[in-house]
Amino acid sequence: MTFLEYAPAPESKAILKLKPEYGLFIDGKFISGHGKPFQTISPSTEDPIATISCANEQDVDVAVSAARRSYEHIWSRLNGAVRGKYLFRIARLIQERSRELAVAESWDNGKPIKESRDVDIPLVAAWFFYYAGWADKLDYAGLGADPQPFGVAAQVIPWNFPLLMLAWKIAPALAAGNTVVLKPAETTPLTALLFAEILEQADMPPGVVNIITGAGETGRLLVNHPDVNKVAFTGSTAVGREIARAVSGTHKKLTLELGGKGANIVFEDAPIDQAVEGIVNGIFFNQGHVCCAGSRLIVQESIHDDLIERLKSRLSTLRLGDPLDKNTDIGAINSPAQLERIKALSSAGEVEGATRWSADCVMPAKGFWFPPTIFTNVSTSHSVARDEIFGPVLSVLTFRTPAEAIAKANNTPYGLSAGIWTDKGSRILAVADELRAGVVWANTFNRFDPSSPFGGYKESGYGREGGRHGLLAYLKSGAPATFKRSEKQVPTSASPVKAIRRSRMTKRVV
Amino acid sequence: MSSREINIVTPKQDAAIAPRFNLILGDNPSTANLRRYLSGIPKVDAVGLEQRAAALSTRSIKSTSKLKSLDKIIELIDLTTLEGADTPGKIRSLAAKAIRPDPSDPSTPHVAAVCVYGDMVPYAVDSLRYFNKMRDGNSIKIAAVATAFPSGRASLNAKIVDTTEAVAAGADEIDMVIDRGAFLSGHFDQVFDQIASIKAACRRPDSTYACLKVILETGELNTYDNVREASWLAILAGADFIKTSTGKVSPAATLPMTLLMLEAVRDWYQLTGERIGVKPAGGIRNSKEAIRYLVTVAETVGEEWLQPHLFRFGASSLLNDVLLQRQKMKTGHYSGSNYVTID
Repeated sequence: MTFLEYAPAPESKAILKLKPEYGLFIDGKFISGHGKPFQTISPSTEDPIATISCANEQDVDVAVSAARRSYEHIWSRLNGAVRGKYLFRIARLIQERSRELAVAESWDNGKPIKESRDVDIPLVAAWFFYYAGWADKLDYAGLGADPQPFGVAAQVIPWNFPLLMLAWKIAPALAAGNTVVLKPAETTPLTALLFAEILEQADMPPGVVNIITGAGETGRLLVNHPDVNKVAFTGSTAVGREIARAVSGTHKKLTLELGGKGANIVFEDAPIDQAVEGIVNGIFFNQGHVCCAGSRLIVQESIHDDLIERLKSRLSTLRLGDPLDKNTDIGAINSPAQLERIKALSSAGEVEGATRWSADCVMPAKGFWFPPTIFTNVSTSHSVARDEIFGPVLSVLTFRTPAEAIAKANNTPYGLSAGIWTDKGSRILAVADELRAGVVWANTFNRFDPSSPFGGYKESGYGREGGRHGLLAYLKSGAPATFKRSEKQVPTSASPVKAIRRSRMTKRVV
Repeated sequence: MSSREINIVTPKQDAAIAPRFNLILGDNPSTANLRRYLSGIPKVDAVGLEQRAAALSTRSIKSTSKLKSLDKIIELIDLTTLEGADTPGKIRSLAAKAIRPDPSDPSTPHVAAVCVYGDMVPYAVDSLRYFNKMRDGNSIKIAAVATAFPSGRASLNAKIVDTTEAVAAGADEIDMVIDRGAFLSGHFDQVFDQIASIKAACRRPDSTYACLKVILETGELNTYDNVREASWLAILAGADFIKTSTGKVSPAATLPMTLLMLEAVRDWYQLTGERIGVKPAGGIRNSKEAIRYLVTVAETVGEEWLQPHLFRFGASSLLNDVLLQRQKMKTGHYSGSNYVTID
């Protein structure tokens, strides 16, 4: 046995106390849905994890009316400080249960435990902490005095960062005073349902957050529900288009965070070893299931060969396998459908004439796996350089001058993210200024912070999540709202306990 | 001062290192040439480097891998005493510990080397003579710090005498310090010439060379860019090992600094096919930390570097922690500091 064959170091699933079946979380209770229940499975072993309810039209209606009731009578009447206290409480509970959430996330989604443990879950807590702080400071959000929430927010999130996307959606919505009906992806509902338990633990008033599970149809029913005021969606550009069409002409506000084909530009003076790390982190983080992935490497011709050699030898050290093993770098592809898509697009790349190289990984017999793959000799017209693959596949293009790098980076219908690698500060600023991407990272990639807005240009969507800008997606500027400020039930004491009691009383009175 | 003739050699004259710099610099290691070459080496992004080191630190080494790592660490230790108060008795005690680190378990491997001041070399030779005679080829090496360790503030002649005397007394390895003042003031040629001269002084009468470890003292060079340049400079000038620190300056070895130096030797290997050793020294006090270094070596330059002629830990208190961990792995319970020997 060689030293590098690290002995297995799996995180134990014993920490999880899962139920065999999960209902829909509506109005503070788990109830069974009326659609056909489905299984959520582990993509690394194909073992079933739990049976999940499916919400049909009737359930969606119940969920939206619960959210409406709760909005009218509880949540919008609490003052910001009290809303903030609930959010702080959620954030702390997430920290307390972080290990459990990380295990559930890796099991259900297939991502390596080191990522769910060190990236996803800490960011989830950070997001709630951050927006908890905003809840009583909305007057300073830049929308004038006393900005108002929209009402009921319908939120549909993807499977790549299940709990993190939930946090990105729910935290600002609640801070701003909206109530929420959220639908997690059908392949990764588990952590959203654990989050529902956390809401119970936090003594959240019923109906403020409702979580309904189901597939695309449930999502369609939710965003099309007439009593929804705001729709927020993260996912594919195709579905985003459909939602935009459905919502147009209604009063509903819409934010979309869609696909991407991020350019990672490496200049010849880049800190090369760190650039290699950044490229790996940019496209192989989370098996490349990242909308802002740096899937196009645009490298200066003079260092192309050296960089690719370094990249290949680095990729050879990546460990593919059991997502719950603490030493795993590359986990499982989330679903057979996604695996098929990655395979199809990669084959197309080969047919079009790009050179394919895959790391020599041993693939487990069961589950859905794809090795880290690089395409070289890629030109801008190849499909691997244009289509979002959403998998561990990197396309390498070259450039000769900064102008060419910028032109190639911008030559995509998407505009979500980009990276610049150079030792020259002035070049970072000059190039970043020219890139049409919502996020530009300099000498790093895939770094997130709740205080930093995130979102896209062009077909990557509109609206921003995170930071002050993220609040604007859930607030309307200070025009007179449905009630006057004096009518709000402002608790006389700052005690959260009292505030909660008051909120409950309000509920009962209604 | 010794009456021996002091022979300051320029690298050109020395066959042992000529190929290295000729390959890269032609026959003129002037400051201008060196600076031009070193400034062409890709720069280091501090945030990215530290992130990578932190990521390598999260590897989880369990059960069989852990036991294997603990033995490996022992095999890679330069057991060190570098005190003003060192005596022949102290050296004998250190040597005994080097031979048999854990008297309660004869399966414990011996360490790679003992590292002492130059004047203590004869006592170390004496203490290890019998053991080393019995183990042909797999001996415990004797490393001597030289060149006005730890500051390096002495004339070149004094440094050369320091070195030749240690080699003559039987040191297998010389741990020299670079002139950090010269490096920081930009006199790369001076640093280069000193290393080359010490390399020449490592030559034994039978034309073999003592292994030369070049201490960069990363805590004084301060920036990652400086350390990367100094690593290349030392390699070009003839280093067999590049070593982080004397252990007398804080911070001593850190994982990012060591990772950076490993990247330099990896790149040198890619360029020339020649393997240079790396020795982090100072500040590595427990097994957990040492295992992170093993992981970093294996995942940066490859597992073949985890051999005494290519990787060492300069440490003193590390050994006892490794022994405690090892006893725990074997017996299933923790013992305590009284169950390992002080040296």
